Amino acid sequence: MAITMPELDAAVLARRDRIVAALCAIVPGEGVIASEQAMRPFESDGLTAYRALPMVVVLPDTTEQVRRVLAYCHRESIKVVPRGAGTSLSGGALPLTDGVLLGMAKFNRIRDIDFANRVVVAEPGVTNLAVTQAVEHAGFYYAPDPSSQIACTIGGNVAENSGGVHCLKYGMTANNVLGCELVLMNGDVVQIGGRHLDAGGYDLLGIITGSEGLLGVITEITVRILKKPETARAVLVGFMRSDDAGDCVSRIIGAGIIPGGMEMMDRPAIHATEEFVHAGYPLDVEALLIVELDGPQAEVDHLIARVETIARECKAVTCKVSASEQERLLFWAGRKAAFPAVGRISPDYYCMDGTIPRAKLPQVLKRIRELSEHYGLRVANVFHAGDGNLHPLILYDANKPGELDKTEAFGAEILKLCVAVGGVLTGEHGVGVEKRDLMPTMFSETDLAHQQRLKCAFDDKGLLNPGKVFPTLHRCAELGRLHVHAGRVPFPDIPRF
Amino acid sequence: MTDTLKPRDNKDVEDAVRWALAEGKTLEIVGHGSKRGIGRPAQTDATLDLSGLVGVTLYEPEELVLTARAGTPIAEIEALVASRNQQLAFEPMDYGPLFGAPGGRGTIGGILAANLSGPRRIKAGAARDHFLGMTAVSGRGETFKSGGRVVKNVTGYDLCKLMAGSWGTLAALTEVTIKTLPRPETEATVLVLGMPVDAACKAMTVAMGSSCDVSGAAHLPADVARNASGDLPPGAAVTALRLEGVAPSVTHRRRALEAVLQTFGKLTALDHAASQALWRSIRDGLPLIATDPAAHGALWRISLPPSEGARFAARMPDSARILFDWAGGLLWLRVTQRGETLAPLVRDTVRACGGHATLIEAVTALHRVTDVFEPQDGSLGALTKRVKEGFDPNGVLSPGRMWAGV
Ligand SMILES: Cc1cc2nc3c(=O)[nH]c(=O)nc-3n(C[C@H](O)[C@H](O)[C@H](O)COP(=O)(O)OP(=O)(O)OC[C@H]3O[C@@H](n4cnc5c(N)ncnc54)[C@H](O)[C@@H]3O)c2cc1C
Repeated sequence: MAITMPELDAAVLARRDRIVAALCAIVPGEGVIASEQAMRPFESDGLTAYRALPMVVVLPDTTEQVRRVLAYCHRESIKVVPRGAGTSLSGGALPLTDGVLLGMAKFNRIRDIDFANRVVVAEPGVTNLAVTQAVEHAGFYYAPDPSSQIACTIGGNVAENSGGVHCLKYGMTANNVLGCELVLMNGDVVQIGGRHLDAGGYDLLGIITGSEGLLGVITEITVRILKKPETARAVLVGFMRSDDAGDCVSRIIGAGIIPGGMEMMDRPAIHATEEFVHAGYPLDVEALLIVELDGPQAEVDHLIARVETIARECKAVTCKVSASEQERLLFWAGRKAAFPAVGRISPDYYCMDGTIPRAKLPQVLKRIRELSEHYGLRVANVFHAGDGNLHPLILYDANKPGELDKTEAFGAEILKLCVAVGGVLTGEHGVGVEKRDLMPTMFSETDLAHQQRLKCAFDDKGLLNPGKVFPTLHRCAELGRLHVHAGRVPFPDIPRF
Repeated sequence: MTDTLKPRDNKDVEDAVRWALAEGKTLEIVGHGSKRGIGRPAQTDATLDLSGLVGVTLYEPEELVLTARAGTPIAEIEALVASRNQQLAFEPMDYGPLFGAPGGRGTIGGILAANLSGPRRIKAGAARDHFLGMTAVSGRGETFKSGGRVVKNVTGYDLCKLMAGSWGTLAALTEVTIKTLPRPETEATVLVLGMPVDAACKAMTVAMGSSCDVSGAAHLPADVARNASGDLPPGAAVTALRLEGVAPSVTHRRRALEAVLQTFGKLTALDHAASQALWRSIRDGLPLIATDPAAHGALWRISLPPSEGARFAARMPDSARILFDWAGGLLWLRVTQRGETLAPLVRDTVRACGGHATLIEAVTALHRVTDVFEPQDGSLGALTKRVKEGFDPNGVLSPGRMWAGV
């Protein structure tokens, strides 16, 4: 790994025993883990190429404990890394050797289910799937559905602004959160929003969502739940050319249809998943689309027919509509298991996550194939095709010397390509440590300084999750300075009235 | 005399802010000025008029994306996307008529800076949910950008959201990118007649909790319904539920919704055109336009948990007229008396229900006794101040418009 983390604070490490004792006083019992062996499971998140043992792990279970831990660390200038389930694919929850790892796993209660207002109030450690499970008896569900939903926490989802296969129609996490309780690094507890739409004042909820644990520790979340659509059906469409598949995606949307989900896989991904889950995918096609329509039966039937017509016009070679709920789930089973399926055909894989304007898909795919040959590394592509979010999976073997470095270089080229065609570095997995040093390909120094000043408003000492998202850390005092040339600026040459 | 500066491009905006910084002046940012009446009364040294920054620079319907300079008239954008069978799904409201100005004015930058959304908010999200990218000049006189032109993007903090609803107090938007979406093929509205407020709120809850995919849910008590468009049956309170989509779906859902609602009261329905007229008038608060300027009083916009709408209304005086949108979660409250005594009641009740209230229109005397935006408590208020200081440390941009000292 070629990433530089913030300089170690020797003074903090020298006080480790005292710090552990102070934390034990705040979170008694088994809430503080300080032995190397017991801390091992926390040394990395879903981006396993990066590892570090934290100085100490703390597992609070009340907001008051979080408040006291943060206030103490603020006073003592100790870094803190929040962690949910540790499934981040960008190293957002990577521990710091001289920092406290604040695990939110004990915040695992659902505090209220409010069907009248169609919200659930949950602690951040509740898993994504558990929110849906808590309300499905009444026919409701929580829409954002990352593939990691069995494991990942709702707190982690808010911190990463996670998506899922259904966010084309139902939005990402940011579009489905109404309120939160946030503890700032200085120990201030802030309530933002609630069960109403649009929190008043500045949209702080909008920036906390996707802030990757850099602005505060989330201790409670209010999410919107939706009534399950009456029915859902999926169409499995195969193409001999990925350009045709891309064209089909554009035409469906151009026809005014926003499917519940629209996913694409290329040949290597189709083969890997079919061997793994036997979903009945055609093996002789270059690209496979899963288009799901949901809503009332009459609407779904009507739109499915239109999608079939469009698919045929786009030279689809196979087109299969799910005939039962069981078959629909089978169509999805392959796609949802794409990562582990690829994990079976290669010792290691590296999952990328850029977004591009949909129309650039053929061009980007072609370039990825060229790069794949250049680096001598295989790639399997899965996409959230509807919203242009690519997940190229680079297959590599970490035990082969130099192969991880090569993989990372390949990955960086893909992401730069995404930016070059008008897209972005990350669609849903976050910047973390992984894409941190690529931020300047998208943002100028002034852009980044404006973001960092926002960070300063929440965390004046830069103690919360440092080393993530921003390539260079600036002191808040330095960022805040304003150079005004008093008396030397003439009245601007602008039309005046 | 206050100066008005009318920049031609981003560079002019930078120059204007730098000038203000150097001279210790303050600037009020305006587009068409259609929402100028909203906010704490504050005096600025000059006006920064962004209505000269016009033009759609990118519109790709198949990509569902549009980029425009911030001063581009919203009417122009809506007409353009309509020509490709698309719309801005957040249904931006038009404040003009409420303030006695003609309708159809407003710029895209102003809509976003105020985070204006209409009845479809309950289904499609707010303006902020459709705001993908931006270029802006902060109170430091520097140009910065955030976001991009794709919907799925988590690269860095989402500053677009922060700008949405900041009312020009953090930065001057110069260019914005928004999501466009297909326009529904057709729409219809199911009406339930004659319900009192609490029954109406229950009916709306039932409708929202059904699979009918309701895209507008409003209740107009008889004294409000009287002034609404859309050929409503005369004399009755009206609870309206909108369905949009492809024709077979709308027909199907209308039947399903009528089945769910039949126990609540007499049902009737509006076809496409009447439905559009009704929702436009609800969107713009038209039924609450003050008819008698002498009894102008005050107009409040209140966001609440939908289940609290009826409770809130019950605590207001009988003379108050209330329009319930967002299934009971958005209340437009018109009070005719001068309202100094009523303001504390509104604030206390909102606090008890959990939500926030904005004083949209008021006589000057009322502005002296109550804030315009929801007052913020200690740590949230302090955080808000620090956010403002980060973007506008010298308080150049519309200082005091939202809160004193911000
Ligand atoms: C197999 C697999 C499939 C995946 N599929 C998807 C997918 O489809 N879509 C998608 O978007 N992502 C996906 N992910 C990525 C990941 O699951 C999400 O980013 C998820 O939201 C992380 O949640 P977590 O609880 O594991 O958070 P962690 O990994 O523990 O933490 C993630 C970040 O959030 C911060 N954080 C966690 N909890 C809090 C809190 N309470 N307060 C403040 N900050 C906090 C951490 O500091 C860190 O920066 C996938 C991951 C895997 C391994």
